[in-house]
Amino acid sequence: MRGVEKRFGALRALDGVSLEVRQGEFFGLLGPNGAGKTTLINVIAGLTRASTGTAAVLGADVVADYRRARRLLGVVPQELVYDPFFTVRETLRFQSGYFGLRENDAWIDEIMHTLDLDAKAESNMRALSGGMKRRVLVAQALVHKPPVIVLDEPTAGVDVELRQDLWKFVRRLNRDGHTIVLTTHYLEEAEEHCERIAMLKAGRLVALDTTRNLLANFAGPHPADLEDVFLHLMARH
Amino acid sequence: MSGFPTLLRKELLRFWKVAVQTVGGPVLSALLYLVIFSQALGGHASVFEGVPYANFLVPGLVMMSVLQNAFANSSSSLIQSKVTGSLVFVLVTPISSLEFFGAYVLASVARGLLVGVGVLAVTAGFVELRAAAPLWALAFAILGSALLGVLGLLAALWADRFDQIAAFQNFLVMPLSMLSGVFYSIHALPPLWQRVSHLNPFFYMIDGFRYGFFGASDFVPAISLAVVAVSLALLSALCLRLLMNGYKLRT
Repeated sequence: MRGVEKRFGALRALDGVSLEVRQGEFFGLLGPNGAGKTTLINVIAGLTRASTGTAAVLGADVVADYRRARRLLGVVPQELVYDPFFTVRETLRFQSGYFGLRENDAWIDEIMHTLDLDAKAESNMRALSGGMKRRVLVAQALVHKPPVIVLDEPTAGVDVELRQDLWKFVRRLNRDGHTIVLTTHYLEEAEEHCERIAMLKAGRLVALDTTRNLLANFAGPHPADLEDVFLHLMARH
Repeated sequence: MSGFPTLLRKELLRFWKVAVQTVGGPVLSALLYLVIFSQALGGHASVFEGVPYANFLVPGLVMMSVLQNAFANSSSSLIQSKVTGSLVFVLVTPISSLEFFGAYVLASVARGLLVGVGVLAVTAGFVELRAAAPLWALAFAILGSALLGVLGLLAALWADRFDQIAAFQNFLVMPLSMLSGVFYSIHALPPLWQRVSHLNPFFYMIDGFRYGFFGASDFVPAISLAVVAVSLALLSALCLRLLMNGYKLRT
């Protein structure tokens, strides 16, 4: 994205953000609440229109070439949202069909199996636990095999078992060549998984570097972890 | 391939899965109207010459049910997915504004027509009706349900809460449809109220649909059809413009 600004009235949710996520990268987007992380993701997903600036997914502009940009992108939203009328399988078939993929059952079965959703395939979405709903959200984002996957706080309120399963799965996707963009408040997760990290505060980019460099350049009194770096940078800006 | 057929299928299944409520309920309501009003007003209300009141009433009830349910379908579906947030799953896909519009409006037409056929079927045991000009009736039913489907979309785009949709339904759709000549011929009204009735777009839809059954109407059916078609075109253009601008859908 280049020079992306997003204003909501007097509020600048994004204030001239420029950054590039490299293909195949595991990229972390960090910042306190209200920093603009979700707004930035929404601009990429086409859910929010930038006031100025441009954003593209693998070269496809999110406004001018929105159909291609959206085919290249899978978004796991932060909120546990679902349509209460349908079963898990129906939900995934619909999501696949929205992308024009109507003979996609083999892949849908594979995702459900990988995310341990087989037993819930015919259950109504209403009947699922929070953890299971989260798995369906991940499955929905992957149903059209997007090369770029955005996970907006995927482990918020998630139990240990699902968290570990989820990371195992996301790492596998990354090894298979998918670009992963992650926002999280759990900095140890970002430190463990992300190769590069961007930090936002009040809509501005305050850091953009490899995780290794961010840690190495921290001039504190003791060996730093990402939380130290984060707190230091947030206090400085 | 386009995502339109899937979105249309999803919208059709959404009401079909709860057909007792979305189709059965309105059919029962129409039947109750028929029983109560034909008993209370039969012989008192002045309608078309030679047409028994119950016969006059049925096409009006059919069309009123078609219109109200077409509105209910698109408005309830969109507001629900907006309020719960599940609309995001459609908004992140390559589905265009036109495809989105088409799927919601066609599903509204389908529900409206299904309820209309249901009302006709259950009232067939009470009155014997023959359609004098069935294509006219069909044209009004399709265009009318499409118009109300578009109106439902507009209402749900504007609304942020369920109660705002309920207000739209209770204070606009319901009064306009009840006061559109479903239960009476507007020629039985004083001149002032006849003129006021001509300002009600629902009047043209009910009256034109009724023409399809009796070959007689309060107003020229071709002009009524033109009023409905122009209204549909104008509201569709407005709705598409709002969808393309992401009005209250994309921030």
